[in-house]
Amino acid sequence: MYTFNYDILWGYRWLFLNGTLVTIGLTIGIIVLGLLLGLIAGLAQLSRFAVLRWVSWLYIELFRCTPLLVQLLWFYYALPILVGIQIDAVTASVLTLSLYGGSFYAEVIRGGVVSIEPGQTEAGLALGMTPARVMRRIVLPQAVKRMIPPLMNQSIIQFKNTSLVSVVAVPDLLYQGQVAATDTFRPLEVYSIVALIYFVVLVPLTAVVKRAERKLQVSH
Amino acid sequence: MNTPKIEVAALKKQFGDHVVLRDINLKIDPGAVVALIGPSGSGKSTLLRCLNLLVVPNGGRIRIGSDAFDFDGAKAMPKPKAQAKFRSNTGMVFQHFNLFPHMTVLQNVMEGPVSAKNMHKGEAEAIARRLLAKVGLADKADAFPNRLSGGQKQRVAIARALAMEPEVMLFDEATSALDPELVSEVLSVMRDLAAEGMTMIIVTHEIAFAREVADRVVFMRDGVIVEEGPAREVIDNPRQEATRSFLSHFHTRN
Repeated sequence: MYTFNYDILWGYRWLFLNGTLVTIGLTIGIIVLGLLLGLIAGLAQLSRFAVLRWVSWLYIELFRCTPLLVQLLWFYYALPILVGIQIDAVTASVLTLSLYGGSFYAEVIRGGVVSIEPGQTEAGLALGMTPARVMRRIVLPQAVKRMIPPLMNQSIIQFKNTSLVSVVAVPDLLYQGQVAATDTFRPLEVYSIVALIYFVVLVPLTAVVKRAERKLQVSH
Repeated sequence: MNTPKIEVAALKKQFGDHVVLRDINLKIDPGAVVALIGPSGSGKSTLLRCLNLLVVPNGGRIRIGSDAFDFDGAKAMPKPKAQAKFRSNTGMVFQHFNLFPHMTVLQNVMEGPVSAKNMHKGEAEAIARRLLAKVGLADKADAFPNRLSGGQKQRVAIARALAMEPEVMLFDEATSALDPELVSEVLSVMRDLAAEGMTMIIVTHEIAFAREVADRVVFMRDGVIVEEGPAREVIDNPRQEATRSFLSHFHTRN
């Protein structure tokens, strides 16, 4: 019978804390960058210029339809050969996760924009506003409300996706867990704690998403 | 004789193979009120939307005031900025109001001057409050559109269009989506506007209103103007069989 020994984990508390902070920091970075990329790609999908639509389509499908782990390895090991510059693990990770997240955000943002009745755009144009102004003042403020729940959902997935960066030795929560597990020969305790930490951070966030969804239903 | 405020020449529009406007020629004098009537699918709404470039014609020419555009299927459309400037000179009122739900009534009316004319907010607010008082909704300035009745929404929409101080007002079935008891409050605002000398084109099914308020009536069917003339003449004594048959569906009590 296996005897659990959680006491030995106490000695690794700073390691776990450190890893958690790296994971959270990484998540914030890739959400901000991903949203920026998603906004650009999502709006480009709706552009009147075919080139922009085509380029953003290629980007979105390329990153939606290949595995994230493959993308990460490609950006870390393959891209440096192609461009001849060494890319450190954190940069490669942030780049990959942001591009990956951005492709999903883009679809959410495009969907939110097209869900606004055409009459809103027509009313803005009829007043003499330029299409860009109409997008910024009339369509986006309404669309953002509808986008928030799916964007938050995607961000929760992104938080969990950061665990993949441990394969390129970014010292996130999972990577530090691996260090502790190898040190202590206690993978059961270590990986249980690691899972618990992800869980404890995310459960309150999902509650926030649920509330946002409910509030949205009330206001419509 | 005045130069016409609006001139439409040889206007054509088709969606794919479906021809909606065949060869529309129209001149409208300053201050004139023109009612555009006809069965659904006759192209009257498309014609109105062409005047505001919400629908881009395939051919012909439109002049409103001093702005003119020539349309030629092969040629590229005018730039968005030029289109916006053209549109800012015409006010449009839609069947379904299309108020901005995320803004208060006051902000709805201020939006045009602030966003399209870069007007100072204080100045725009003064204009907006004056127009809201004019349509009888001064007390609703801080309400959101979802708190208003259909008739109130449409009056706000009229104030919003007027805030741009357009030379021409276009009404696209402005009362068709309203409950019958709310129609008259909107028509009365339109009547006042006509009396002030605003040039107006009204797409409507309110034949009695057209007869009373409009100077001229244009009857359209299948993308062409079938008959055009002084309102009472066309409605009371239509010359064309198509006009007669269309008007027979309405009971206009004189």
